[in-house]
Amino acid sequence: MDDLLSEFLTETAENLSVLDLELVKLEQNPNDPGLLSNIFRLVHTIKGTCGFLGLPRLEAVAHASENVLGKFRDGVLEVTPEAVTLVLASLDTIKAIMAALEETEQEPAGDDSALIAQLNAMAAGEMPAGAADPAPTVAAPAPVAAVEAEPEPAAATEDEVDFTPIPAPGASFDTAAEPPAPADPPPPPPPPAAPRLDDHPETKESAVANQSIRVNVELLENLMTMVSELVLTRNQVMQILRHQKDSEFAAPLQRLNHVTSELQEGVMKTRMQPIGNAWAKLPRLIRDLSRDLGKKIELEMIGADTELDRQVLELIKDPLTHMIRNSADHGIETPAERAAAGKPETGRVRLNAYHEGGHIIIEIADDGRGLSLEKIKKKVVAQGLATEADLATMTEQQIQQFVFRAGFSTSQQVSNVSGRGVGMDVVRTNIEKIGGTVEMKSKEGRGCAFIIKIPLTLAIVSALIVECANERFAIPQISVVELVRAGGQSEHAVERIHGTPVLRLRDRLLPLVSLRELLKLGDDEGEETSQFVVVTQVGTYTFGIIVDRVFDTEEIVVKPVAPILRNIDMFSGNTILGDGTVIMILDPNGIAAATGEMSIADSADLSAKKASLARHEDSVALLLFRAGGGAPKAVPLALVARLEDIEEQNIEISNGQYVVQYRGKLMPLVPFDPAFMLGGEEDGTRRRPVLVFADSQQSMGLIVDEIVDIVEQEMKVEHTGVGNGLLGNAIIAGKATDVIDAGFYLTQAYPDWFQAHGEVGADSAAAERDRILLVDDSAFFRNMLTPILSVAGYSVTPVDGAEAALALCDAGERFDVVISDIEMPGMNGFELAAALRGDDCPWHDTPLIALSSHTTPSDLDRGRRAGFTDYVAKFDRDALQATLAETLSDLRGAA
Amino acid sequence: MSAVNTTDLATLRRDERDREEVVDYVTMTIADQMFGIPVLQVQDVLGPQRITRIPLAPPEVAGSLNLRGRIVTAIDVRLRLGLEPKPREGNDMSIVVDHEGELYSLMVDSVGEVLSVSSRAFERNPATLDARWRDISVGIYRLDRTLLVVLDVARLLDFSTQIAA
Repeated sequence: MDDLLSEFLTETAENLSVLDLELVKLEQNPNDPGLLSNIFRLVHTIKGTCGFLGLPRLEAVAHASENVLGKFRDGVLEVTPEAVTLVLASLDTIKAIMAALEETEQEPAGDDSALIAQLNAMAAGEMPAGAADPAPTVAAPAPVAAVEAEPEPAAATEDEVDFTPIPAPGASFDTAAEPPAPADPPPPPPPPAAPRLDDHPETKESAVANQSIRVNVELLENLMTMVSELVLTRNQVMQILRHQKDSEFAAPLQRLNHVTSELQEGVMKTRMQPIGNAWAKLPRLIRDLSRDLGKKIELEMIGADTELDRQVLELIKDPLTHMIRNSADHGIETPAERAAAGKPETGRVRLNAYHEGGHIIIEIADDGRGLSLEKIKKKVVAQGLATEADLATMTEQQIQQFVFRAGFSTSQQVSNVSGRGVGMDVVRTNIEKIGGTVEMKSKEGRGCAFIIKIPLTLAIVSALIVECANERFAIPQISVVELVRAGGQSEHAVERIHGTPVLRLRDRLLPLVSLRELLKLGDDEGEETSQFVVVTQVGTYTFGIIVDRVFDTEEIVVKPVAPILRNIDMFSGNTILGDGTVIMILDPNGIAAATGEMSIADSADLSAKKASLARHEDSVALLLFRAGGGAPKAVPLALVARLEDIEEQNIEISNGQYVVQYRGKLMPLVPFDPAFMLGGEEDGTRRRPVLVFADSQQSMGLIVDEIVDIVEQEMKVEHTGVGNGLLGNAIIAGKATDVIDAGFYLTQAYPDWFQAHGEVGADSAAAERDRILLVDDSAFFRNMLTPILSVAGYSVTPVDGAEAALALCDAGERFDVVISDIEMPGMNGFELAAALRGDDCPWHDTPLIALSSHTTPSDLDRGRRAGFTDYVAKFDRDALQATLAETLSDLRGAA
Repeated sequence: MSAVNTTDLATLRRDERDREEVVDYVTMTIADQMFGIPVLQVQDVLGPQRITRIPLAPPEVAGSLNLRGRIVTAIDVRLRLGLEPKPREGNDMSIVVDHEGELYSLMVDSVGEVLSVSSRAFERNPATLDARWRDISVGIYRLDRTLLVVLDVARLLDFSTQIAA
C-alpha cells in the first residue's frame, strides 16, 4: 500500500477514536470551548488530508460535518444530542469509507448526499433538531459488508509482531513529517481507548492502524541510551569472563551477548529512517530554483530508501539542502551557456546514497561548470590565505579544499539563493560534527561532485584505543588510515626537522604530531624504545599521531563531554570502556586544526609545528636515480608516470630498438646509458628499473640502473644548456645531481612524440625572468615545459586552457609572451588569439606564439591571421627557443 | 543554573520573611571550613574513585569517573576556592551533584552529616569575604560552634566567572 495512504489511515483511525470520545464528552459538556476547538481541528485535519490525497467522498462528508462543528464553535448552533448524533453518524460514514479504502485502496462508490444534506441543513440551522434521523445513511453501502464477510484479510500480517511494519515506520515516529495537513498537528495521543463505547460493531478497528504505533521520539532515545549502557555492561562482563577460564557463566553470558547484540540492532532499527525523508523537499527546491534562475535542471535521486539514524538524518538535512542549492545556483549554467559549451541544455544534479562498510555515502554531483581553479586561487590570494607561490606548488585537490574555508565563496555575486559567504565551511563543520567527512572532486567545465561519508549511527562507533604517557585515548576508526610502528627494531624511524617530527612513509614525508606534546602530558621519561604512529586522515590532509602503545579497537558509545570541557577541541567526547574506565575520545579534526594553526599561535611550541611539506614554496618532487655512472640523476617526478621493474628476458629488440610488451602494447625502451647491454646474467632474470613516461596515447621507458629516492625540494638548476639529454645540474639532497631532459629521451623513443603534442626548449640567454603564460590542455606537456622553460630562465605560468588564460587576463595578470596550443577542448588556440587581440583586451599587444603539430603553410597563415605573432611546430624546440628570444628582443626593442 | 539559583534565593528570602523554615544541608569540610549543599541537589556521596585525567582541562577539573555507567566530571573544590591542593591520601570523598542534567563530583576533604538549619541563622556573605569565595557562596549559617558556608553549585561550576588564579 502506498506509504502516504497507510499513514493517513493510521492517523485518521487514531483521530476518529479521539473524536468519538470527545464528541460524547461534548454532548455532556456542550459549553467547553477547548473541547470544541479540538474536535473542530481534528475534523478539519481529516478533511484537509482527504483533499490532499484526492478522496472526494471522504472530503465531502468531513467538510459537511466540519461546517456543523464550525457553527458549534462560533456559538451559532447549539450543541444538542441530535446534532451530536448527526456528527457521529458522519464519523461512522467516514469510518466505513476508510475500511473500504484500506482494503481496496480505492474510495468505494456510494452516495452520501442525504447525510451531507442533513448536515448542511443543520449547519444552516434549518433542520428542526428532533428531525435528525441519520440512521439510513449510516448503512453505508457495500464496503462495510465486505469487511464483515472477509474477516480482516489485511490483519494476517499482524502475526509478525514487528515493531516497524510496512508503512513507512520512520515517518510515523517523526512528528515533523506529518502528512501535509493544513491544520495544526494532531493532538497528543488519545487517552486509553477502553471507555470507547463500541455501539457500531460493524466498523472494525483498522488493521493497518494496528500494525504500527506512534512512539514518542524521546522514548526511543531513552531506549537507545539504555541499550547503549547495556552494551557497555555486556562488554565489561565479557571482559571479566575473558580472564576466567571454564566459568559456569560462559554459556549464559554468550547468550546474553547475542541477545544484547540483537536488541541493539533492533532498537537501532527503530531509529532508522530512509534518507528520502531528508530529500522530500528537494525536488520542489530544484523546481523553484530553476524557475528563479532561468535554468533547466533535472534532479535525479538514487537510493532514497537507504536508511540511517534519524539523529544523523536531522543533522545532514541542512547541509544537503545547502549543497543542492549550491549545485543549482553556482554549478549548473544557464541553458545558453550550456549550449555554448556543447552540453545538453538541461543540467543534471544527482543525489546518490548507499551503504558502504558501516558508513553511508552520499554523493551530490552536478554536470555544471565545476569549480574554477583560477577563481579560487584569486580569491585565496585576495583573502591572504596563501601566497601565489604556495598555490603554485599545490595540487588541484589542495586548492579546491579552500572552498571549505570560512567565508569563502567563489560566486561572483551574491545571489538570492546562495553565495553569501556562509557556505561550504558550515557544511563541513556540520558533517564533521557527526563524525563524517566530506570530499570534493571537481573538473572545471564538467561539473563538481561532493562525497559525504557519514557513520550509520552516532550512538556507537568503532574506535582505536591508544596509550600515551600512561593515559588511554580513543581515536575514531573512521579517520584512522593505518598504523606504523616506528623506532626500536622497526624499519621506520621518527626523524626531526628543527624539532618537528616527521616519518618517511612509502616515499613521502608524513607530518607527525606527538600526542604527548599536544596534550601536554609531561616529558618523555627517557627515549621510548618504540613508538606507534597512527596515520590519520582528515579531509585530504594526512598526518600521523605519535603514541606510545596501541591496543585493540573497541565499540564505544560516544558521550558528549561536560560543558565546562567543550572548549577543548582535541576531544570529540568521552566514553566508558569495557573495563569501566572513562576515556577521552580524540577528535582528529581538532588535532589537525590545532597543529595546523599553532605554529602561528605559539611558535615556541615546537611540537605544534606541522610539517606541511607538500606546501613548501617552489618545491618540486624529484625522482633521484643512478644510471650510466657519474653523478646521481634527477627528473621531475611529475613527468614520470610509473616506475617499473622489468626482467631482462622480457626485453626484446625490434627494428633496432629495445621494446617490452607492456599493458598489451609494445613500449619502446631507451637505455639511459648508451653503453647498455642486455644479458648481464645468463638466465635473463636480472631486473632493470624503468621510468615510464606516458601521456594518453604513448608511453616509453627509460632504463636506469637504480632508483634512489624521491625528494621534494626547490630546484635551482645551474650550468644549464649542457645538452645531450641533460638540462643542467642542481644540488639535490646535498649532492650535485644531473637534471635530465626527459624530452630528449622521449624523442629517442618516438622521434615524432611531439608531433601530436608540443615541446619546447628555450634560450638560456634571457637574463631577466620574462614571464611566459603557457596554455596547453595536456598536463603532461605543461609539466614537461614548465621545468624546461624555467631552466631557460623564464618565469612560467602554466594553465590548462584558453578559459583559464582569459581568466588570468581578466584578473589583471600580465605576461611578456603567451604560448598557446592550438587544439584544445572548449576554446581553441585560434579563438583564444581572437579574444586576446580584441581592442579592449589588456593583452592586446602581448606577443602570442602558437604551438602546433600542424605546420603546413596554410596553418601558419591561418595562425598569423588569427593574431599569433609566430607559429612554431611543436616538436621544433630550437625554433621555439629562437622564436622566444626573437620575440622578446623585438618587444624590448620596440619598448 | 539560574533556575536552581533563583529558587534557592527565593526560598531563602521567603525563609527570612517567614522567620521559621528549616532547610537540610549535606555538610562537608574543606581546609577545616564547613560547607553545605542543599540535600536535594546531592545525588550521591562517593569514596575514593579511579579518575581519568583530562589533558588540557582547567586545573580545577580533576578528571572524569564512571558512576554506574554515567560519566561524571570531578572538580577539585580546593583549587576552585584558590586553596593548595591536598595531597591525595586515598580517603578522598566526593559529593555528586546534578547540574543542568550533567553530573559533577565535587572533591572535598571529608563529608559530614546532614544538618537541618533554621533560616533564622542565615546571614548574607560578609562583604569582606575573599571575592572568590563570595562568588560561589550563597550565604552563611551561624551554627553553634561553627559557620556553615552554603555553596552555590551553579556558580561553582560556572568556570567563566572564574577569577584568574
